[in-house]
Order: sequence, then structure tokens, then C-alpha cells
Amino acid sequence: MENGVSDEVGYDVRAVRQDFPILGIQVHGKPLVYLDNAATSQKPQVVIDSLVHYYTRYNANVHRGIYTLSEQATAAYENARARVARFINAPSPECIIFTRNTTEAINLVRYAWGADNVRAGDEILISEMEHHSNLVPWQLLAQEQGAELRFLRVNNEGRLMLDGLDVLITEKTRLIAVTHVSNVLGTINPVKGIIKKAHKYGALVLLDAAQSVPHMPVDVQELDCDFLAFSGHKMMGPTGVGVLYAKPHLLEAMRPFMGGGSMIRKVMLAESTWADVPQKFEAGTPNIADVIALGAAVDYLSDLGMANVREHEIQITQYALDQMREVSGIKLFGPWELQTRAGVVSFVLDGVHPHDIAQILDSEAVAVRAGHHCCQPLMRRFNVPATARASFYAYTTEEEIDALLEGIHKAQRVFGHAIERSV
Amino acid sequence: MQLNDLYKEIILDHYQSPHNRGRPPHADIEAEGSNPLCGDDVEIFVLFDGDRVKEVRFDGSGCAISLAAASMMSEVLEGKSKAEVREIGDLFKAMMHGEDVDLPEEMEDLEALKGVANFPLRVKCALLAWTTLEHGMANENVGGRVSIEVD
Repeated sequence: MENGVSDEVGYDVRAVRQDFPILGIQVHGKPLVYLDNAATSQKPQVVIDSLVHYYTRYNANVHRGIYTLSEQATAAYENARARVARFINAPSPECIIFTRNTTEAINLVRYAWGADNVRAGDEILISEMEHHSNLVPWQLLAQEQGAELRFLRVNNEGRLMLDGLDVLITEKTRLIAVTHVSNVLGTINPVKGIIKKAHKYGALVLLDAAQSVPHMPVDVQELDCDFLAFSGHKMMGPTGVGVLYAKPHLLEAMRPFMGGGSMIRKVMLAESTWADVPQKFEAGTPNIADVIALGAAVDYLSDLGMANVREHEIQITQYALDQMREVSGIKLFGPWELQTRAGVVSFVLDGVHPHDIAQILDSEAVAVRAGHHCCQPLMRRFNVPATARASFYAYTTEEEIDALLEGIHKAQRVFGHAIERSV
Repeated sequence: MQLNDLYKEIILDHYQSPHNRGRPPHADIEAEGSNPLCGDDVEIFVLFDGDRVKEVRFDGSGCAISLAAASMMSEVLEGKSKAEVREIGDLFKAMMHGEDVDLPEEMEDLEALKGVANFPLRVKCALLAWTTLEHGMANENVGGRVSIEVD
């Protein structure tokens, strides 16, 4: 591989980059190196065009107007639902509920499923590596219902300690809520095995797929997960739209989430009946433009091929890890085995706080995240207040990794470290 | 936006060789401040001799700016009266919000932090120790340890 051109057949990272206008901009007079994809991704022109097209050509409310524009908007909105369903191999479009983001999708499950299915004395199993969005809702539910939270721990390598699973799952376990891919460690969790075991005990499984669906092929029927949540903005789509997938019989049995227009069938003064799934869970005017643009993002990713995206990220992550491990005074987090690791690299440097790393990298136009990454328990587990994190995507090049490394060396220079480069 | 405005040598010196770092066995004011968003934590301990500051010590973990600011603060406040401490705190805050202020001559170290004002996201780092101290002093009569979270 040279000059950042990937050697996978049919995958040309340079051509991919051409589709993203923002990747051509400069920051502080230097070309942007965007390595914060775990926080949010950049958008290809087709997604931006989709938004503009909707607002300039057929902006209208959905599911109500008997006129051409509304029909067009409704068709495009429902078409996006069908494409998202296909993208994760959901059995039907009706299993796809549009929310604001992953957080709202998880909270939907907490309210619409949790309130009726988790009782006093029941147990919810979550892991130590959860993002706060897949932790706090279950703390709240457990408190409300008098249920108990139990925890899957993380080992030094950054993997879930699944030896304890047999002890942790009991007949009282109602739900296992676990992340598919860690947003800090990059660990790809062996969720299929967890799901199988959970189902043996009659427990359901919710997957936080915010870091998996954008980066690798995900098949909800093959995984057999009960709920799966992800965000549009992390997969080249716009902000403000998230997705909840749930098995059809669960959605049928669940109570509504929010009340209002669109989610009703018949409304009387004292009571109402509910619309069919999925409308039952989408009260009020939905985020029409962004849902349609998410459909465009899904098409774009499908054209790239999720297996190609994953393969590219494996190569870029390998390239990054190979160089980063040679930096003196660096500590890297997460598994080394690339087949079960996503393109996320958290690190700390001796004598340079993560915020200072990020600040100095910014002066080189390299955008990384520094902080606790909404994973305070995981930070405690690894005994660090914060880490710096570089996260990659389909458009990340080897030159960008080189720029990251240059920036890391600059940070060490600013803080007066000896520079030892053995690469 | 110049990186040198932020990471001046004197700031890095204070960060790497902090002055007055550590917990004293006894303190008249004990205050802890944290910025939960960054994960920065600082503890400030003040010993008074009558109305005057005998000693300020600090401990904690955080970025170069927040710890250097704590170290500098601990130095400049020694020997100051409570009223002077408040006055200097107000001046420092004004400086961090981009105002032109005249710092007393013996406090020119603090001036090194002036450049932080150009980095809005880092201003809270420079202010963490000062805000914590202010909170501690405001609650001095209450006694015991006080804590504050800043955003």
C-alpha cells in the first residue's frame, strides 16, 4: 500500500474521499485530518443533496396530505425505512422505528418495553464498557421498578469477561443490554454467543450498535438480537435521526412511547387507541428530511459495500497500531487482534494530558476526541481520568495516520519529551 | 490561534514542576472542584494566619492548563489578605474573559495564562482552581470540606 490508496480490489479510498466535500477543507491552513468518526461521521455529497432536494422540491408533511407533495414525501420517508431495514436485514420495514438517535432508541425500549416487563426483583445485565446511553436508562429503570443491575466486567485487554456469564444470567434476568462495539476500546463483542445464552434463560438482548452498524455488515436476523439501536449521524447520515430495530412480536406487544399525533388510531376525550406498528412509536411530525437523507447514506454505504468498509478499516487500524505502539511513553487500549477490533484507538501519553494532546493535534488540523467518551465507569476500570481517541472510517488514509503520528510527536516535543522514533 | 500562546514555557514549568502541590495535615479551607465533562479534579487547601493567607496547597489531576493555573494561584496568594484574594480572583477571571487588566507586578506569572482567553474551550481549565477557591472561601464559615462542579 502506498499513498493511502487501498489495495483491496475495487476499493479506492481516494475516490471515496472525493464524495465528501468537507474532507477538502483546511483548518489553521492545513488539510483537515478528521479522526473523530466514533463521535460523528462526515457526510457525502449525495446525503447533503438529498436534504437540499427534499426542502427545495417536495417538502410536505407525511402520512396525512392528499396532495402530490405529501405523497412524494411519504413515499420517500417510507422508502428510507425499507432501505434501512434491508441494510441490517430486518425481516420487514415495520421493525424499524425512527428516533432522534441511539439514546432515544434505547430510552424507547426502557419506557415502552421496560415498564411492563421488568418488575421488582428482576435483573438487568449490562457491561462495564457501556456508553452512558446504554447504562443510565437501565439505572433509571432499575430504580423505578426495584430491579437489580448486574455487570459484565472488562479484562485488561479490553474484552468482556464472559466466563462469568453463566453466573450472571439467571432466571430473573429480563434483559441484557450490551454494546456491539466499544466506542473507547474498539472491542467487537461476541454478541451472538451472548444472545444465544440469554435466550436459553428467556432474557432479551438489546444491542447498542452505534459503533457497529456504520462500520461492518450487521444482520439482525443472523444475530437474533431482540432490540438493536444505532444513530444516523455516525453512518454518514444527518444528525437528528436514530433507529430502533425490534422483533415484530415485541413491538406489537409494547405500549406506546410518546403520545400525540400520528401514533393514534381513534381518539376520544377520555381515551384513545393506537396506530399500527411502526407509527405507534413515532408520535408527532417525524424528522422527515433527515430520515430520507439517512436512506441516501444507507444507499451510499451499500454501494461501497460494508465488507469493503470493514476491510479498509482493518487495514487502517493495523497501520495505525503498528506505528503507535512504537511511540515511547504511549499506552494503547483495546485488543490487538484486528478481526475482533474496530477502527477505534484510545491512547494516553506519559506527561501529556489527553486534552493537551487533542489541543496540539488540533494545531496540526488533526481532529481527535479527548475525554471520558461518555464511559466514566470504563475510565475508572482502566484507572485513567480520560484518554485521547482516534477513530477511523471508510475515507481514512494512511497519510492521515502519519499526520496523527506527527502530531503525537509534536505533543511530546512541546512537553519536552525525548523523541524516539524507531519506525 | 497560536499554540505558543497556550503552552508558554512558564506554564509547562508549573505543570511539570508544580509548586505547593500536596495535601497539608490541616487546612482552614478545603475545597474540591471538578469539571465532570473533562474529568479534571482539583483540591485546594488554604491555611490562614489571621486574615492573611499563610499557605495555599493543591492536589488533583488534569490538563497542563488547569494544574499550572492551580500552581500559579498557590504562589501568588501567599501573604495576601482575604479581600486581596477576592480582588485578584476577580482580576484573573476578567483576564480569562478577554478583558485587559492590570495585574500587580509580582503576579506577572499569571499573565502567562492570558493567551488561554483565545481558546474558549480551555478557559474553564484555567478557572477551575480559582472557582474552587472562591467556593471554598464563600463557605468558610460553614466549615468542613466543600465541593463544586463547574462546566
